[in-house]
Amino acid sequence: MRNFEYLAPTQVKAAAQALSEHEGVTAVLAGGTDLLSLMKQRVANPQRVVGLRGIRELHGIAKQGGGMRIGAMATIQDLLDSKAAGAYTALMQAAKGITSPQIRAMGTVVGDLLQRPRCWYYRNGHGLLAMHEGKSMVPNGENRYHAILGNKGPAYFVSASSFAPALIALGAQVTVADAEGERQMPVKDLFRIPGAEGERENTLKPNEIVIEILVPSVSGWKTATYEVRQRRLLDWPLATASVACRMSGNNVRDARVVMGHVAPIPWRSSEAETALKSKGLSDGNAEAAGKAAVAAATPLSGNKAKVQLAGVAVKRAVMLAGGRSVV
Amino acid sequence: MSSNKPIEGSVEGSGAEQRKGFSRRTFIEGIGLGAGAVGSVVVTDGAQADHHVPVGPDPVSITLNINGKNHDLKVEPRVTLIDALRNQLDYTGAKKVCDRATCGACTVMLDGLPAYACTTFAIEAQGRKIETIEGISAGDKMHPVQQYFVEHDAQQCGFCTPGFVMAGKAIVDKNPRPSMSEVEDGLCGNICRCGTYVGVRQAVYDAAGKGSA
Repeated sequence: MRNFEYLAPTQVKAAAQALSEHEGVTAVLAGGTDLLSLMKQRVANPQRVVGLRGIRELHGIAKQGGGMRIGAMATIQDLLDSKAAGAYTALMQAAKGITSPQIRAMGTVVGDLLQRPRCWYYRNGHGLLAMHEGKSMVPNGENRYHAILGNKGPAYFVSASSFAPALIALGAQVTVADAEGERQMPVKDLFRIPGAEGERENTLKPNEIVIEILVPSVSGWKTATYEVRQRRLLDWPLATASVACRMSGNNVRDARVVMGHVAPIPWRSSEAETALKSKGLSDGNAEAAGKAAVAAATPLSGNKAKVQLAGVAVKRAVMLAGGRSVV
Repeated sequence: MSSNKPIEGSVEGSGAEQRKGFSRRTFIEGIGLGAGAVGSVVVTDGAQADHHVPVGPDPVSITLNINGKNHDLKVEPRVTLIDALRNQLDYTGAKKVCDRATCGACTVMLDGLPAYACTTFAIEAQGRKIETIEGISAGDKMHPVQQYFVEHDAQQCGFCTPGFVMAGKAIVDKNPRPSMSEVEDGLCGNICRCGTYVGVRQAVYDAAGKGSA
């Protein structure tokens, strides 16, 4: 790990002022479960690390205005232990998918959103786009865990966030602070598919900090997350889906279906949402939503199996939201 | 890397001098190996750095509370808690194995919850209650998790064992009656390459509800 200077301000403003406006010069440290590994791999080489641990207002999860506020230092364990979070089934099911007690105790919910892609080309220093002689190495390379949607290139990695699909389905916002002030935006606007080397997969400026997540009330909504995994414990899921359905009697009035680990961003499927609209959450409709979600998938050379896994994730998430058991 | 540099920081009051008898670390020093790794002892002034303003990259004075005892040392901000514990303070129970927050061999308790010391900066562990494997027994009386590890022969090469014991202690601290499935889940942040999981799970399961050392 390269050497760096460190500071631990007690105010958000001081933390933001300590950040550089240039990419890669400074880094924000919360739980550190991703940042330290990136620094050890020399994928991230900040000259200054700004720790958020000393900023009291960023800790904790609380009810706020009918919804819930998750501070930037709130850990996954905080979420699992939170009474305020209990009603957010999709979020809690996503939290349970992060199984290591150590990661739960250290890692933060906001950090999960902002973790860098787990693509092995990226983690081994080939850049987000894994370019070699003007071409990405991914489409015909080792791509079994890579994207099946949103993969027209040049990006083929997948968004690895556990919470982003659920938070987008729930209509959550984030508050972003810089030295001048704060702004809010939907969680989905945090993510983008990079179009060129040097672009990040998130829309934050280098001197901005996500200080909280604001989740609206889920009253009247049925929500769920399902993760398809190879191993029950410790490993990453292969494909995930979060759904949120606002019900009108037994029928779906509004549906949001968001998949994880399938595209460079959390992938919202309007096809699956259309398949559910004005219908009940029956097994047959769940299956139709799953098929619709992956109808336009374009798998790479080695990840055709992910198409079915992603469809199953959507189907089972819809079934869970409908109160049915799966497996 | 910091581990190649002369060690700074006081070893006074470290775990080494409280533990009686054989210490592998002092043994290695005694036979002349590792002399390059155990160098000058610099007594720190004990002053806590003001981290409102940037500190480092040179070594910074910090205080760590380990097993109820304060230790003053100097570390570069990049030094991880596992390196500070092992290389500077001689708490060599926690092991550095994957160094990537995956295998759990470095597990310590931070404010009562299990944490990977390899993925925590030492400078960020200030002001927190750090508990290591060295702190869980009472003199010669082992902690119940340790005791049942012995009874169930729950280790083979033993390198992962301190991490597993700490993860197991985290389970029984929180839940005096865990099911076997809850034990399995609670140990999933640790990996044993020898495959001693059956004995480890049984040890933790049996130690639950048996109190502390």
